[in-house]
Order: sequence, then structure tokens, then C-alpha cells
Amino acid sequence: MNRRRRPIVAWLLGLLLFWIVGYPLVLTLAEALGAPHWTLAHVAEFARRPAEWQALWASLWISVATVVLSAALGVPLAFLFARTDFPGRRLLSTLVALPVALPPLIGVLAFLFLYGESGLASRQIQSLLRLEQPPWRLSGPSAILLVHAYSMYVYFYLFTRAGLERFDAAYLEAAASLGTGKWRTARHVTLPLLMPSLTGAALLTFMTSLASFSAPYVFGGSFRVMTTQIVASKLNGDTGLAMVETVTLSILGLAGLWLLARVEGGRDVAGAVRGVAPRRRSLQRSKWLAAAAGWGLAIFLLLPHATLFLISLVPRNTWTTEAWPPVLRLSNYSALVADPERVRPVVNSLWMATAATAGALLLGFAAAYLALRTRGRLGAALETLIALPWALPGTVFAVALAATFSVHAPWAGRFVLIGTLAILPLGYLVRCLPLTGRAAFAGLRQMDPAVLQAAATLGASRARRFLRVLLPQIRPALAAGASLAFLSALGDFVVSIVLYTYETRPISIEILSELRIQEVGVAAAYGVLLTVLSALAFVTWGRGTERVSG
Amino acid sequence: MSEFLRLESLEKRFGDLPVTREVSLSAAKGEIVALLGPSGSGKTTALRLVAGLETPDSGRIVVDGEDVTRVPPERRNFGMVFQHYALFPHMTVGENVAFGLEGRGRARDEIRSRVAESLALAGLSGFEPRRVTEISGGQQQRVALARALAPNPRVLLLDEPLSNLDPSLREKTRRELRRAIRRVGITTLFVTHEQEEAFELGDRIAVLNEGRLEQVGLPEELFERPATRFVATFIGRSSVLPAIWEGGRGARLAQGPVWPATAGPSVSGDAEVDLVVRPEALTFASRPGPDTLEGVVSERRYAGRVAYYVVGTASGEVEVLAPPTASREGDRVLVAPSPGGPVPRAFRRIP
Repeated sequence: MNRRRRPIVAWLLGLLLFWIVGYPLVLTLAEALGAPHWTLAHVAEFARRPAEWQALWASLWISVATVVLSAALGVPLAFLFARTDFPGRRLLSTLVALPVALPPLIGVLAFLFLYGESGLASRQIQSLLRLEQPPWRLSGPSAILLVHAYSMYVYFYLFTRAGLERFDAAYLEAAASLGTGKWRTARHVTLPLLMPSLTGAALLTFMTSLASFSAPYVFGGSFRVMTTQIVASKLNGDTGLAMVETVTLSILGLAGLWLLARVEGGRDVAGAVRGVAPRRRSLQRSKWLAAAAGWGLAIFLLLPHATLFLISLVPRNTWTTEAWPPVLRLSNYSALVADPERVRPVVNSLWMATAATAGALLLGFAAAYLALRTRGRLGAALETLIALPWALPGTVFAVALAATFSVHAPWAGRFVLIGTLAILPLGYLVRCLPLTGRAAFAGLRQMDPAVLQAAATLGASRARRFLRVLLPQIRPALAAGASLAFLSALGDFVVSIVLYTYETRPISIEILSELRIQEVGVAAAYGVLLTVLSALAFVTWGRGTERVSG
Repeated sequence: MSEFLRLESLEKRFGDLPVTREVSLSAAKGEIVALLGPSGSGKTTALRLVAGLETPDSGRIVVDGEDVTRVPPERRNFGMVFQHYALFPHMTVGENVAFGLEGRGRARDEIRSRVAESLALAGLSGFEPRRVTEISGGQQQRVALARALAPNPRVLLLDEPLSNLDPSLREKTRRELRRAIRRVGITTLFVTHEQEEAFELGDRIAVLNEGRLEQVGLPEELFERPATRFVATFIGRSSVLPAIWEGGRGARLAQGPVWPATAGPSVSGDAEVDLVVRPEALTFASRPGPDTLEGVVSERRYAGRVAYYVVGTASGEVEVLAPPTASREGDRVLVAPSPGGPVPRAFRRIP
């Protein structure tokens, strides 16, 4: 691109990004303030209702509790896998990270089938103890917390492992040489050095929990958090109130992003010495104990998905009071293939996720490329616009897009897209932008600028430098970003439930409607399909990141 | 020798900060010129200006009579070896070397044989299929050289080409590099902050400091007749003593004798000067004389057949080169100019 034309293109891209990312948020804020009449009536309404405060409080305490529970599960797991060696460690260390790749709805579904009232586990216990009633009910805050901890411990696990792997053995040796005992070393050396990883994981968990919709929606019942409260208000027609709720949730999300940026800024605590991570202890006597703990935990964590698969093999009305399903067949899968109306959600999910990923990849890369070359305020603005959808809960963007594109006012940049084929892919695209954009930023920042200069001194034209040198080098990063984007669009539930139409309904929405008409087996078969597709994208992502770091 | 590459008053600022100031320099065809200076002296920027990776604010770059100041790097046909080599990590050694040959309408066979030829020159025959990430640092350095030379560039530019190598490997690679450049006979400009490297590789050396060209010349000229105080202290070891210029007699040290000295630029009358004295210029005297300076040895550094002694005197601290057995730390000694040694040089003291 010509150097002189670059700022113009960057401005145009900035406008486009603002139109789909920033503008809907501005309109949401305006509507919360009663535009065009400008009144604080909706805010007052929000403040007056105890239910709103309860939902806000619920969002906050659930998120804090999720952080505590996830840390309790993820941190010891990370130590187990990073510091010890036992048979099967490598395989298990990958398996326990799997929940991060699965759509939240699948986790919810799997939990429902395993631990729900008529789930496999409760049936086993009911029959074992010969109880009249199921032993428990999976609902309310405890159910939400359980699902959250189950799916979000991965952040603590991955962050702590990364922290431990960067950790230099020399620190521990230095502490030992100074005569420091194990516990003192753990408290005064290991913990402070891991702190950035832990705070990073805590904030990420907090924000994911704040944005969580599937678990509160399915298990919450009358217990509302902000995300479900927004959707409820919107369905009730309280648009103004829904907008105030959306703004409130956004402020919480942005506060989280601000905190995270500060933590990431001061992250390089362990950067002073670069060396080798402590060697894994090959356990002697406790080797089998560690192996049992590792395997046990992995089985516990994977059991819900195994159950999901089992349920997908149970034909309708064949499993009534038995503890174990009496009939297992593939009929749910054939039902899924035979009925064109049931194929449609799969096709929809695939094409919409593909289109959204392609769009997000193009915009994310263009923004990263131009932002790094224009720098200054425009560059910073591009980077912020790309990152924004990550900071804000999906519900916020879904509601904001719905509000923006349900009005025909071309002079104000507003068109009726609600009810069309375009709105859902657009919603996915906006949600995917941070994934592809951040990957592109990372890829471009990692690249040695001298490599492009070397290509120039060797006589390569601008186009050739771009195609032969730049693209091949950041391709792994782009592939990783695209896989993650595809994964998130494919399994999306939160944006879909606000923006879908019957024609564009994706797999997640179809799972919900199958559950409503008691087609539990078909719902599970959809779930398995989504899991397999997600796992494929996850594997691509893994390959991409391996190549990036290698 | 006829002039082939000419830099005319090159000026470059980054923001308000001048990085090169009026740098003018020329190189004959086939000549190797070293740009020597401490970090931040503007030598790399000067090289990047020549490569076309930066555009000068003023001044001209002329090669073979053609003004290339505004020509983009891809059309200059200059080969460049980067400090960290900047090899394309996603390509093999062969693909790296072929990169500059492709897209110029050459036949595939021709490219293949040219790649083989360039790799042979760098001592890497048969390395084509290897991945650049799998070869050693020294081999990467030679691939970078082969890649730069393959398209037959008009000028070769090297940015600290040996700084990434182990000291033991550096000396060997330095000799190979010189041999390869000589064989091709290409006009070469290379940047280094190491004096030894500049002396061994360069036909002539251009010393840069704070963006200014201090002196250009043969190694001997820089060592024996430094044009500025900076060159005098930057090249070789030296002590600096405050003195008063006394015309033909030399310079009178503060509270000390008059030592013979040559005058640097604009030293005259009874100017206050800095006398730059090399350790080789001094020796220990056995008895006091009109030119001896008394002091105490504070440090002794053994260096094989000789030793360096730091002596504290009333006129300042001096370094003396003498046999290892000449003295010991704490000894009271007499220091005098060594007959036949390099004559100290006086530079006007800048207040």
C-alpha cells in the first residue's frame, strides 16, 4: 500500500469498525438515557427495582465465587502437571485443557445430562439408595457455580502452567542456597513470582463469569444475573430498562479490561533471569498417587462429555425409570441427517461461522496491519475498537446490535438488518474480532521488521514482500486466531438467542428447542456434533500456536 | 582509485534528535570501508540511509554516478547483511538465497546455479535444503552473506555482521568474510563498534561520534595521527592529562614536566590542552630527570610478555606499558616518555 494512501485507508477502516463496534454501544447508551428526549427515567427505574440490584449483586458474587472455585481446582492441577511426572501426564495435560475449547452451552448440556434431576449420576444414586425422589435438584446459584468452576478452572490451569514454565529454577536454587525452607520459598519466592499469572487468570475468569449466559439461563430459574436479566427485560419489551442494564454490565466489563491491562502492563516479574524451568520431579512412592489423582480428575472432568455422547445414543421414550439406558442406537443421528429441517441448523452454523470468521480475519488483520504502521492515536483507536468486544459481555453486543439495526435511518448509518440473514453473522463477526485481531497484532509484533527490510534490499516489490514474506510468517498466528474465532461463532448461544430468526437458527438454538419438545437424544446428538466440530478447530489452533512458538 | 560510492552531507533527524550530521564519505570500487563508533554514534543509521531503509533529511547518495537518494531500497541493487541476519524463517537456505534472484525474469536453472555458486562462496555448498532455524549462528551469518551477494549487488552493506557470534568463532568468520568479499571485489560498507574488527576488515576506517564523522583514514593514520580528541581516545588505549601547550617544546603537565607532543588541530600559543598519551609512549625511569613524573602504582594488569601499570601522579593518572617484572602494586615509581614510542598528542581542551 502506498505510504501516502495508508492513513486514508486506516481512517476508512476505523469508521467501519466504529460503525459495527462502537456505534451500537453509543446508541445503547443514548437509549438508556432516553434519547431523543434525554431523561434519566430509565436509570431511576433501574435504581428503584430491587430485582435489578439483586441481579447486579448476583452477577458480582457469582463471579467472585467462580474465581475462588476455579483457582482451587486449576492451580493445584497446574502444579501437578508442571512439577511432577507420572504415566499419562502428557495426554492428560492436554485433555484437562479441553473444556476451554467447548462452547459453554455444551458444558451446560453435559452437566444437565450427568448431574441434572434425571441425569445419569442422580439416577444411579437414586437407584442405589432406592430413593423415591431424585437425590438433588440441579438449579439456582449452586448449579451455576458448579458449571462455571468446571469450565473456567482452565484459565487458572493454563495461566499457572505458563507461569511455572517460565519460572527459572535458579530462583529456587538461590532460595535453597540461602537456607530457606520449602514453605518459606513457596510463600516468598514462588507465589510472588506467579502473582501476575494468577491475577491475570482471576480477572479473565471474573470477566468470563460476568458475561456468562448459558449456565444462568438454563439453571438459573428465578435466580437472575445481569445477562439473563437483560434478555428478560428485552423480551418483556422494557427496552429502556434493558439498555440501562446493558450499560451497567458494560461498565463492569470495561472496569475489568482496565484492570487486566494494568496487570498485563506490569507482568514481566519473572523476566530478570532467563533460564530453565525446574525439573519435573519423577515421583517414586507417590508416583501412583499422583497418577491416580491426575487420572481421577481427568475422568471427572471428561465424564460430562462422555455422558453427552451416551445420551445421544438413547432413542426417544426408551429410558424411563431405569438407572441405565436400556436401548442404545444411532437413531438420533439418523434423525438429524434425515430431516432437512434438522440439517438446516448445522448448515446455518457452519456457513455463518465461516462467513463471520472470514470477515473477522480480514478486518482484524487489516486493523492490526494499519494500526502498527500508522501508530499514533488512529492506531490506538483501531486497536481499542478491535479489543472492545472482548471486554464486553456477548449479551451487551447482541442487544446493542439489535437496537442499532432494527431502525431504518440510512442518514444515521442505521438499516433494518434484524430478521435478515445478515444480522447473526454480523453479530458473530463483532464477537470474533478480538480473537482474529489480537492474533494478527501478536503475529505482526513478533515479526522481526528487519526481515521485511531484507526482502526490500533484495529487490522484492511491495506486493511480493507482502505475499512471500509477511503472510507466510504470520499465517500460523492468523490460523490460530481464525480457529478460535470459528470455534466461538460455531458454538455461540448468547448472541444467537437475541438475534436469530427461524431461518437462521444455529445449532445452539436448535438444541434448546429440541430440549423443549423433549427430544433429549437429538439435542445430545447436536451437542456431540458441535463438540466434534469444536475439537477439530481446537486441534488446528493447537497446531497453529505450536508453530508460532516454535 | 576512482570513486564509486559517495555520501554527500547526509543529515537525518529522528524527531528533534539529529542522528547523522553532515556525513560525507566516499569509497572506491572494491574498497572496504568500516564505519566505526560507539553505540548511538549514528553508524547504523548512516548504513540504513545508504540502503534506502531510511530517507535522509538532506544530502545525497551517489553510486557509480547515479543519484540514488530517493530510490526505494528494492530498486537500489545493494546487498545488505543485517545484524540479526533477518533470514526468512519459513524458507530453506536455498530459498533464502534464491529470493533476491526470483522475480527478475531469470531462468530456473540459472537461479539454481547462482544459488549454488553463492553458497559455495560462503563455504556452504549443499546447504540448500536445510532449514535456516536448524543451522548454527556462524552458518546463518554466511547464509545471510550468500543471500546478499547472490543478486550481484553494486554495493554490499554489513550491519555489525559478527556481533552475534561467539568470540572464538568471530575471528575465524572475520577472516572468511574478508576473503569472500575480496574474491567478489565488491565495494563494501560495514558497521562495527569493535576496533579490532574495523582494523582487520576495513581498508579504510571512518570514525563516527554523535552523528559526526570524526576522521576517515587508514588504521595507522587513526592510531598515530588522530584528528580529534575523540579519535585519539577511542582508538587504542590512552590516558588523558591536563597540560599547557608550550609550542615546539611540547606540553607542560599540570604540576609536572614538559613532555614532547604534537599539536592537534587549532592548538597554538599557551592554550590549555588535553594531552593524550598511549601506554606505549611511557616507560619507567630509574632516576629523576627533567621529564620524569613521580607516582605510585595502583594497578597492574598482566598481559603475557608485557604488563599495563596504572600510576597515580600529581599530574593525573597514567597508564604505562612495561615488562611484567618492572614493578608491583604500591611501588613508588618514576614515569618518563619512552624514546621511540608514539609521541603524545595535544588537543585543545573544551571548557
